[in-house]
Amino acid sequence: MTTMTIAKAINEGLRATLGNNPRTLLMGEDIGPLGGVYRVTDGLIAEFGPDRVVDTPLAESGIVGTAIGLALSGYLPVCEIQFDGFVFPGFNQITTQLAKMHSRSNGNLTVPVVIRIPYGGGIGSIEHHSESPEALFAHTAGLRIITPSNAHDAYWMIQQAVDCQDPVIVFEPKRRYWLKGDVDTESPGASADPFKAHVLREGTDATIVAYGPLVPVALAAANAAAEDGRKVEVIDLRSISPIDFDTVTASVRKTGRLIVAHEAPTFGGIGGEIAARISERAFHSLEAPVIRVGGFHMPYPVAKVEEDYLPDIDRILEALDRALSY
Amino acid sequence: MGTHLPSTEFDGTAVDDQREAEAEAVLGAPAEPMVQLLGPDGVMGRDPVFSEYADRIDAGKLRGFYADMAAIRRFDVEATALQRQGQLALWVPLTGQEAAQIGSGRASQPQDYIFPTYREHGVALTRNVDLAELLRQFRGVSNGGWNPKDTNFHLYTLVLAAQTPHAVGYAMGLQRDQKLAAANAAPDQPQEPKAAVMVYFGDGASSEGDVHESMVFASSYNAPVVFFCQNNHWAISVPSTVQTRVPLADRAKGYGFPGIRVDGNDVVAVHAVTEWALERARQGRGPVLIEAFTYRVGAHTTADDPTKYRGSDEEDQWRAKDPLERLEKYLRSQDLADDAFFAKVKADGDELAAYVRRTAHDLESPDIRTAFANTYAEAHPLVAEELAWFEEYSAGFADQPPAGGAGSHQAATDGAAN
Ligand SMILES: Cc1ncc(C[n+]2csc(CCOP(=O)(O)OP(=O)(O)O)c2C)c(N)n1
Repeated sequence: MTTMTIAKAINEGLRATLGNNPRTLLMGEDIGPLGGVYRVTDGLIAEFGPDRVVDTPLAESGIVGTAIGLALSGYLPVCEIQFDGFVFPGFNQITTQLAKMHSRSNGNLTVPVVIRIPYGGGIGSIEHHSESPEALFAHTAGLRIITPSNAHDAYWMIQQAVDCQDPVIVFEPKRRYWLKGDVDTESPGASADPFKAHVLREGTDATIVAYGPLVPVALAAANAAAEDGRKVEVIDLRSISPIDFDTVTASVRKTGRLIVAHEAPTFGGIGGEIAARISERAFHSLEAPVIRVGGFHMPYPVAKVEEDYLPDIDRILEALDRALSY
Repeated sequence: MGTHLPSTEFDGTAVDDQREAEAEAVLGAPAEPMVQLLGPDGVMGRDPVFSEYADRIDAGKLRGFYADMAAIRRFDVEATALQRQGQLALWVPLTGQEAAQIGSGRASQPQDYIFPTYREHGVALTRNVDLAELLRQFRGVSNGGWNPKDTNFHLYTLVLAAQTPHAVGYAMGLQRDQKLAAANAAPDQPQEPKAAVMVYFGDGASSEGDVHESMVFASSYNAPVVFFCQNNHWAISVPSTVQTRVPLADRAKGYGFPGIRVDGNDVVAVHAVTEWALERARQGRGPVLIEAFTYRVGAHTTADDPTKYRGSDEEDQWRAKDPLERLEKYLRSQDLADDAFFAKVKADGDELAAYVRRTAHDLESPDIRTAFANTYAEAHPLVAEELAWFEEYSAGFADQPPAGGAGSHQAATDGAAN
């Protein structure tokens, strides 16, 4: 067991996968000598050389598109998109090509491409550097989407993404890159299945589901609620597509109340999907409507007001109060 | 240039004059001439570089080119008829582009990998794709229809230019394979034949950003890829002059690799130029852009009406450059083929058409369960849940099938929406 930041854990995970599999390669803008703008690929080019850690031209469609070709020829490309808001020039390749290649070939071709996207706000950045576009991808069949919230998951999830035969998008919560945690590099333990949600805290009064950057916020809210005598269960979703509805349903059967929190705008977001599914699956267990806590229906606001935009402990507690008032 | 300043801000004519003058000044010398060996009159010319490659084409091969071009034209006529009879949802005719496709496709080797767009039926023929299978997509029974691994001929791509970066990535993969193989090879081990990738796209698609990004990647990594642009002059109703102000082949210069314009109705020149480019790529000398200057004689697709956007005089001018007629003239003038040969080609074409017609009718509609099965490569709980729902829902109709039968289309859509 060693302690490291999430950024370092991804770095170590990439190092492990590059070492284990000669067909793995990293590609992206500035990922070589600079180590990526977040230094997630720091030192990897020195260890594995420029053929395995490829500084690409500045072209997101080109990065994803050539990764598809490399995967078709037997390689395992891991693409880094520099920031969430810059994935859109590659959106076409991801949604019309990457997601569909397996099905349109009647299962004859697989494209095990991994796309890493640092996402989310809270870092005081400028336009296009703080977005949470996961729902846009989750809506597309053929893609898998995971998001780690802690260093241990980060270390294993990136390797599991590379091992997966399907295309996987790893949304990395950039404001948590420096969050430290214990990593067991010997065994994934309970993290062996990247598509399974984790119950991080047990409770009986209500359930909070969160993922990525909001997991620590949800835990803090549950702790604050405990001071008022509320026993709140917290679930780290981990996988956004597929969603582990079994774990969420079991929790709601126990607590009767559900709050879903994410940074992305509430409207049309993952929270709505969870609310709908859970009302179908556990309608008779619900004591209150499922309440969503998310961003507003606006472009991600300027840094000076992002604190008002981002769901925080108080916004989750307010939702909890509402749920409990039914 | 200053003499062409517009007299008013909105004087369109003057602006056009000025543009032309500026273009001339910027472009300087005219583009490289088009490579042509076999002219419309059926007379073979010489080219200082490419005749060497043309000389490799023996009489048998030349007759083969003719047979291929005739077969694919006959197939095209048959598929168009099938569409008219409601057997295909849509057809994308290739008539006029046979030389560009057969000439280039026949220059590829089995180990090469080809990424087509959606009109490359002639190239498919050269890669031994079963032409009846090629109709699956147009009959609506598959989004693909064949296994690309069997022939190294990728699936058709309908999002324009999306296949161009795939081709470059694939070429980068081949490059890596060769490097790994060389590093691991035992001294006397026979070497695998080197491979290259060829990717097809149209003059319209050349405007898409993906073509640009692909060419940047291809150039940066010196990837073994040949970009084969069929400039058939029309992107549905938009003429190629709207896509570009310079010959498309000239664009390659900006990326730092050769661009060649070839007479796309001259199967000999197309073959020679493509063979040269593929050989060069296999040797590790990097990408080439080939612009095959050709013409789509018919409609864009069976849904199109060319009379709305172009004159029949233009079509007639291009018919005079027909790729089959000029090769026939040459074969006859050189005594390389006789009436019996041409009669045999015609009979073979009719037989192919009959086979395609027979087989197209029998192409089975898939079960929607195959779509459930192929959405992901690995097990997926949402797919499993929706499939289970669909099975249960469909089973409810077992005794009393609704109109259209149990597990009907309606059931499938509802299942997907659940
Ligand atoms: C991204 C995209 N935009 C629009 C279309 C619709 N469309 C299909 S074919 C076509 C024209 C293509 O022309 P060109 O690239 O010259 O190829 P050609 O069909 O002439 O062979 C258009 C606009 C498409 N398939 N993909």
